[in-house]
Amino acid sequence: MTVALAVFYLLAGITIASGVMVISARNPVHSVLFMILAFFNSAGLFVLAGAEFLAMVLIVVYVGAVAVLFLFVVMMLDIDVVAMRQGFMKYLPVGALVGLVLLIELFLVFGTLRIADAPIAASVPTPEGVTNTEALGAVLYTEYFFAFQLAGIILLVAIIGAITLTLRDRGPIKRQNISEQVHRDRTKSVRMRRVEPGRGL
Amino acid sequence: MVENVVTLAIIVAQIMAIVGPLLLAVAYTTWAERKVIGAMQLRQGPMTVGPWGLLQPIADGAKLFLKETVIPSGANKVVFIAAPMITFVLALIGWAVIPFAEGWVIADINVGILYLLAVSSLGVYGVVMAGWASNSRYAFLGAMRSSAQMISYEIAIGLIIINVLITAGSLNLTEIVLAQQSVWYIIPHFPMFIVFIAAILAETNRHPFDLPEDESSLVTGYNVEYSSMAFALFFLGEYANMILMSAIAVILFLGGWLPPIDIAPFNWIPGPIWFILKICAVLFIFFWARATLPRYRYDQLMRLGWKVFLPFSLLWVVLTSGVLLAFDML
Repeated sequence: MTVALAVFYLLAGITIASGVMVISARNPVHSVLFMILAFFNSAGLFVLAGAEFLAMVLIVVYVGAVAVLFLFVVMMLDIDVVAMRQGFMKYLPVGALVGLVLLIELFLVFGTLRIADAPIAASVPTPEGVTNTEALGAVLYTEYFFAFQLAGIILLVAIIGAITLTLRDRGPIKRQNISEQVHRDRTKSVRMRRVEPGRGL
Repeated sequence: MVENVVTLAIIVAQIMAIVGPLLLAVAYTTWAERKVIGAMQLRQGPMTVGPWGLLQPIADGAKLFLKETVIPSGANKVVFIAAPMITFVLALIGWAVIPFAEGWVIADINVGILYLLAVSSLGVYGVVMAGWASNSRYAFLGAMRSSAQMISYEIAIGLIIINVLITAGSLNLTEIVLAQQSVWYIIPHFPMFIVFIAAILAETNRHPFDLPEDESSLVTGYNVEYSSMAFALFFLGEYANMILMSAIAVILFLGGWLPPIDIAPFNWIPGPIWFILKICAVLFIFFWARATLPRYRYDQLMRLGWKVFLPFSLLWVVLTSGVLLAFDML
């Protein structure tokens, strides 16, 4: 038990420290890298809590796809670090307010669970002998089937929206026609010409 | 307290028992690659250091170890040094869930295959960080290409894995292998095996999809500014990743440690030997592709990933689930 506890404090400590570094790092690329570290350690916390499926999905989806795009954007943008610093104090109260609201909400949620005299562990029932992948799948595709389909449709709409916003006709572009390239043979691309001396072609 | 120490000691010993032989295997993969490609091009490959050039990888390692580590003055030092370490460590931690035989695995977790997918999706960070931190245009272009390529082919790999998962009915690697006792999945899923091999070539940035280190247009891509041990870590990471991906291919399609036919001369040979032999067979495909195929153009690579592999493996998922449902084999 003590090893698990030590690992918990290690992961939780790194998560919080990297969370602080995300907002205090001078270089935006470092901020994104610290965010990835925070995601990674939260996945570790999920594993400790027994939610192995969620942990892996967190890494595959957030770290493997979303954060890579973040990193791309931040690397490609030419961000003026000094200009970013100037707005920091101005936005601090707003950020602090949002953080405070979230914190109060968290306390409320955990507080009501305490008051209702139900331990927190009871809100995540995992029946004996069922892995949490099976448990998730069993409810996701039966009870929450319509919500699941709805989420899929929302994502589809988001994809179409993003594509229509960015896809624009940028004038004449040289496009590759693969089937044309594949079906090119010697008769179409090589011609034998007799070159008369002193004349050229 | 004593139990904790003993538990930790056992874990460390298990990790060492995998990492030690693995590093040796990585070193000799480079030797085998040079020998195989040499034979295919009617050369001899490394011959001078040791008998049949067997000590060549050791000599190469010693050479890289003794070189000076040069950090470019415009580089972002911490990220620059962290990038090769991340690449190398990620190539090693995947082995935690690989079963060498029934029960011969460090962590027999229920979501083994998802863990491997997660580890391989993290691999892109080593490359991106190296390209960005080098503060060099060639390195940055290489990193951009590499990350786009790895993300594109990961999607195809994910769908191929889904095919195997619904056939085996488990995310646990040991159970996936045991589900192949009657027939290896290479037989019902043969087209997926071909797509998987092509996708892991792209995922490990190997020929013919080695655009991130395209020497004719990018010098050598993301690792152009690296020297000495930092470069060696990238190099070792690439080869360790190749072996890991081959192991995944063996587990998903070639029946892991199971013998080809469960009769007398074949099942005398222990499982781990079969497993290693099959890994060598898949690695040979890697070398073979490198020796024989010309490099893809970048647009061809992207087209292959998005317009061929992705729809095809998605179609195969529909087909597989349809067949399994129709014959009530789910």
